[in-house]
Amino acid sequence: MEKRVTFKGIWLPLLLVLPQLVITAVFFFYPAGQAVYQSLFIPDPFGLSMQWVGLGNFEYLLGNAYYRASFVTTAVFSVAVTVVSMGVALYLAVLADRLIKGSGVYRTLLIWPYAVAPAVAGVLWLFMFNTRVGVVTWYLGVLGYDWNHVLNGEEAMGLVVVASAWGRISYNFLFFLAGLQAIPRSVIEAAAIDGARFWTRFRTIVWPLLSPTTFFLLVVNIVYAFFETFGVIHTITGGGPQQATTILVYKVFSDGFVGQDLGSSAAQSVILLVIVGALTILQFKYIERRVHY
Amino acid sequence: MAGMVEKRGAGYWMTHLGLIIGLLFIFFPIWLAFVASTVSQPEIVKPPMPLLPGDQFFENYRKALFSGINAPVALMMLNSLVMALGIAFGKIVISLLSAFAIVYFKFPGRRLFFWLIFLTLMLPVEVRIVPTYQVVANFGMLNSYSGLILPLIASATATFLFRQFFMTVPDELAEAARVDGARPMRFFWDILLPMSRTNIAALFVILFIYGWNQYLWPLLITTDPSMNTIVMGIKQMFPSGDDIADWPVIMATSILAMIPPVIVVISMQKLFIRGLVDSEK
Repeated sequence: MEKRVTFKGIWLPLLLVLPQLVITAVFFFYPAGQAVYQSLFIPDPFGLSMQWVGLGNFEYLLGNAYYRASFVTTAVFSVAVTVVSMGVALYLAVLADRLIKGSGVYRTLLIWPYAVAPAVAGVLWLFMFNTRVGVVTWYLGVLGYDWNHVLNGEEAMGLVVVASAWGRISYNFLFFLAGLQAIPRSVIEAAAIDGARFWTRFRTIVWPLLSPTTFFLLVVNIVYAFFETFGVIHTITGGGPQQATTILVYKVFSDGFVGQDLGSSAAQSVILLVIVGALTILQFKYIERRVHY
Repeated sequence: MAGMVEKRGAGYWMTHLGLIIGLLFIFFPIWLAFVASTVSQPEIVKPPMPLLPGDQFFENYRKALFSGINAPVALMMLNSLVMALGIAFGKIVISLLSAFAIVYFKFPGRRLFFWLIFLTLMLPVEVRIVPTYQVVANFGMLNSYSGLILPLIASATATFLFRQFFMTVPDELAEAARVDGARPMRFFWDILLPMSRTNIAALFVILFIYGWNQYLWPLLITTDPSMNTIVMGIKQMFPSGDDIADWPVIMATSILAMIPPVIVVISMQKLFIRGLVDSEK
């Protein structure tokens, strides 16, 4: 796609792109290149020299039980976050869409949590489920359930999933509501006149027409769960207990900065890079399709 | 418009009930944080804590804002504000300029440049975190605003959006400007920029929230408490050992961390939704 009308000049456009070019080169391409480069070496214990290991870091990672476990953890975590946040959001959007008046009020109230940082959401949920002072922990105790996410890996996972999904509901709600409101009323009313009940209408008309939105949200939410939930995990569990909540991004951080294992951390960055690349291509392919849709 | 379809009866009230239950789920954590920020520490450490606000509101917020735990929260909020505004303005300015160049000029390397910035769409900072940290450290930019801001500007999402928008601007406008002998920058200032106002504002809302809510990056590069941003500073307020955290102050800080982005989202709701939809397209 190109403009028919353009201005003349070579130096002016080069000058205009210069700031972005410099910043991207220094803070993006150089570090990304460094990640690839470092992933092929192992630094000696004193950090004085680097030893070439080729794909050794990758082989080591893929054979490493902790790293493979982190893959599984990430998969469970992102699927759970995506399903919970999209499920709740769809439920609320379907209800809001049924209202003739007042859906705007609910929308205003529901978009709030979008503004809450994942790390802050983490602190809020940590507070409710804190083993010593948490309100929910206390009431669960009254009911005879002994909550302790510091020791119990499954409870820790449940907590980071809910805290991450919670902040994401607003976003999904907005897109679902917009998708629902774009469905022509006449189609739904025609089905209603034919005697289709709400659930039948939803299953046979609304859900298929909503599928582009759903698919889009699926990809976006998985990307969110992969990368933007670091704050939730760092504040609530710190990846524990016993790495039960160590997702891939968290492991890049903990191996690189806490463990100082630069070669391995860089190799992990490269693997993540491939994953994001694949997800982005998927997203763009899909959007391409939506244009023709 | 469910009116044609559903009668206003039990279903109508069930709809409201369902929505209200959803709202309660969403608001409960925030409400609890607010309550905790208005009571005293002894009321919290002896569970269950009260579910209605207490009388320590001013005391807790004064303590958080002006003394904090490692650094006054007012200072951390200032740091967050500088960071969020820096990211929003910085990214918008460099993106407007480069999008203008890409769309309205034919210069050598244009296509290559376009692909270079397109590539950046794919890599969040979390992925290249260690080498980016090394670059910033080598430049001596740890504990500085430029270190907080610049690496997060290095992505082309905004350039991409402005490019898409400029492509929809009618060619006749540029043609008229050229016939009138207007210089390119004149056209940019007098015509293109005013036309982009809504897009700029919508993007500003999204970028402000993005910048304000950053966590990992400030956590790595601000080792000096006086440079901490509020969102990452909350976690630093927890004691490292077995001591009990100062929950009222921590919760007051959490509430303070939410207020600016919430105000931006609510007050600019239309622009926010537009920005969200645009930036994801």
